[in-house]
Amino acid sequence: MYRYDAYDHAILRQRVAQYRDQVRRWKTGELSDDEFRPLRLQNGLYIQRHAPMFRIAVPYGLLSSTQLRKLAEVARDYDRGYGHFTTRHNLQLNWPKVEDTPDILEKLADVEMHAIQTSGNCVRNVTTSHFAGIDPDEIADPRPFAELLREWSTFQPEFAFLPRKFKIAVSGSTRDRAVTLAHDIGLNIKKNAAGEIGFEVLVGGGLGRTPILAKVIEEFLPWQHLLTFVEAILRVYNSYGRRDNPYKARIKILVHALGAEQFRKEVLEEWANLKDGPSTVGTEELERIARHFTAPDYAALPARDERVDALKASNPAFARWVARNVHPHKQPGYAAVTISLKDPRQPPGDCTSEQMEAVADLADQFSFGELRVSHEQNLVLPDVPVSALPDVWEAAKAKGLSTPTVGLLTDLICCPGGDYCSLANAKSIPIAAAIQERFADLDYLFDIGDLDLNISGCMNACGHHHVGHIGILGVDKNGEEWYQVTLGGHTDGVKGRETALGKVIGPSFSAAEVPEVVETLVRTYVAQRHDDERFLDTFERLGLAPFKEAVYAGRRPAALNTSAARESTHA
Amino acid sequence: MPDLIRRPQIIRSTPAPAIVADDFARLVLTVSTDAPESSESAATVTLPSVADAPNLIVPLAVWQARRDELLARLTQGGKLGVSLAPGEEAEQLAGDFAHLALIAVEFPKFVDGRGYTSATLLRRLGWTGEIRAVGDVLRDQFFLMRRCGIDAFALKEGKDLNDALKAFDDFSFTYAGAVDDPRPLFRRVQRGGASLDAGQSS
Ligand code: HEM
Ligand code: SF4
Repeated sequence: MYRYDAYDHAILRQRVAQYRDQVRRWKTGELSDDEFRPLRLQNGLYIQRHAPMFRIAVPYGLLSSTQLRKLAEVARDYDRGYGHFTTRHNLQLNWPKVEDTPDILEKLADVEMHAIQTSGNCVRNVTTSHFAGIDPDEIADPRPFAELLREWSTFQPEFAFLPRKFKIAVSGSTRDRAVTLAHDIGLNIKKNAAGEIGFEVLVGGGLGRTPILAKVIEEFLPWQHLLTFVEAILRVYNSYGRRDNPYKARIKILVHALGAEQFRKEVLEEWANLKDGPSTVGTEELERIARHFTAPDYAALPARDERVDALKASNPAFARWVARNVHPHKQPGYAAVTISLKDPRQPPGDCTSEQMEAVADLADQFSFGELRVSHEQNLVLPDVPVSALPDVWEAAKAKGLSTPTVGLLTDLICCPGGDYCSLANAKSIPIAAAIQERFADLDYLFDIGDLDLNISGCMNACGHHHVGHIGILGVDKNGEEWYQVTLGGHTDGVKGRETALGKVIGPSFSAAEVPEVVETLVRTYVAQRHDDERFLDTFERLGLAPFKEAVYAGRRPAALNTSAARESTHA
Repeated sequence: MPDLIRRPQIIRSTPAPAIVADDFARLVLTVSTDAPESSESAATVTLPSVADAPNLIVPLAVWQARRDELLARLTQGGKLGVSLAPGEEAEQLAGDFAHLALIAVEFPKFVDGRGYTSATLLRRLGWTGEIRAVGDVLRDQFFLMRRCGIDAFALKEGKDLNDALKAFDDFSFTYAGAVDDPRPLFRRVQRGGASLDAGQSS
């Protein structure tokens, strides 16, 4: 993985010093709360429901075991001994003290970590696929490009105060595991006929209260032009993006207002000034960065392992775990392993310090000391020898990290919701827990098969409800918590790079009703499915009607919340 | 009456960061949102006399509406500056550079970052004179502003100028290219080592 050189280190240390001084000036009143807010946000610090929330960057989801141990230490020493991995690969702490945040950053800097631009109206942490570099489907490794963008965007002086936050995702494979269509800029690596690498450039996607899928504005951008092209897009956005209304300030609104064709024209006109200029990436620079992402020292291993095959045959629990949590790898004899953070005893994405340390140990023992964070809020050991799978399983099991449900209904994505987040309209963690409890039977879960269920506590869509096969959105109705259900959203790669937004099935439900509603949806699917059809396929074949009928049939009208889900008006 | 904003001292970043005296006055149209009819218009606003404010910064709209009157001040020994509000395009001033002593970029709220792009584009258009950040200008923005070609800073009222001077030292190295040095770090230094090369420019 990318290792800092002396420049990266110097920049990071100076950032910590700058921020420490900003905190000091805020404490002494030299900076007002309003002045401090954007500064602290650009250092990952929110003020939330119970306490500050601190968002630590995990650039493109890559972690070393040393870094994960440091996160464990910070969570233990400055928080309550756990952290929350998010859909943007980052780690959030829910209870730190503002006064401690400079010290936390100082400690993180020791292991090349920080909270730079994890919030605020700037270019955020660049994300990518959690199987980058190991995916058998991969066209090219997206990580060097993600790192190029990390460096370019870090303290990029012109774009630190954009109309709104700005998210870039890079994907290198034919499948979309980075949800590129729901980002401000999505970059999909392609190869042209000559075998050269370039990007399909998508702009203007995003979830939130106005979900829009990104539009292609460039079919094939040669990689050398990555930075200048992104700069052109941002300059157009910074100049013309709306600032009168934060809900209309994302680039998706600008692209929508201008039309993708006109937007593209503006970008190309600006790009003409930048193309082939000094920010053009040279082969030498790409190679410098790419050297950090070379394959580890793989052993020549047989693709199969007898001990593993035997254990699979004799131990159904292990077999289940292999079936769901172990993924193909381009290197024979290796596999990627998802360390599930979806044990129903913990909120989705939460991880205790002890668990982090256990996973770090596993990475050291079995995966060249490296880890990934997935946008589904799990951890991944990318390079595990197939022969070591039983050992990894045993160790993960001992720490509550072997829930064998990856891609199944209870591997749900869930934002922190009303328990932590001051923007929430409704709680989401208890809804997740109730659904996990209802679907605790693994045989049933396996029979249901692939099903993405995503929960957000409000329109901001941190839990990606729009792109869940089943999406659940907390809505506020007269001060009460209600839940709106959508069906048919998806991001997954089975159909290639295709994303769709879910459709609302009808009036919303009380918290108590949600598990039954989900169960009814699932039962409808099971009753109607054809062989090998996933939930999503059956939905696409049949449409909303049978699901809607089943869910609302027999419901007393009084129980219905008939008005359309009201949008909340929080900031 | 229009507001005339005067700062006895501002900060300049060239040749080296320093607090310097300033003898410009910046004219700001009073805008009344409750009673738009009582807002001042560029066409009719009373300009201060040359004796009262020899060196005057006016909004782009006033410059466009009162060009001849303002140019006449130059012959009376006055100096002129024009300020660009967010959303006003730098290109609109491109033909006027010869008349101006400085161009101000307005930051009505420091979180409105359009001024960074305005400054960048002014430099690209060939403006080599002073670009002054005015309005809600905090030291925490200086480093970024300087990189975008801003070289004078009318610090927000009530902030400590001496303290603000330190902001230029916040970072010794930068990744991206910008106006101050269009080369990204990877073109300026040999990367990858455990120690720093000499010769980094900013
Ligand atoms: C608890 C503190 C949090 C706050 C205050 C917060 C705030 C917000 C806000 C205001 C938006 C809306 C942006 C828009 O207008 O498009 C948003 C969107 C988002 N947030 Fe959060 N969030 C929090 C936690 C999280 C967590 C825990 C995650 C991941 C699990 C997350 C990931 C996201 C994502 C992926 C979006 C996506 C919307 C898009 O792509 O447009 N946030 N958040
Ligand atoms: S979706 Fe809403 S409730 Fe959930 S974390 Fe995001 S802002 Fe908070």
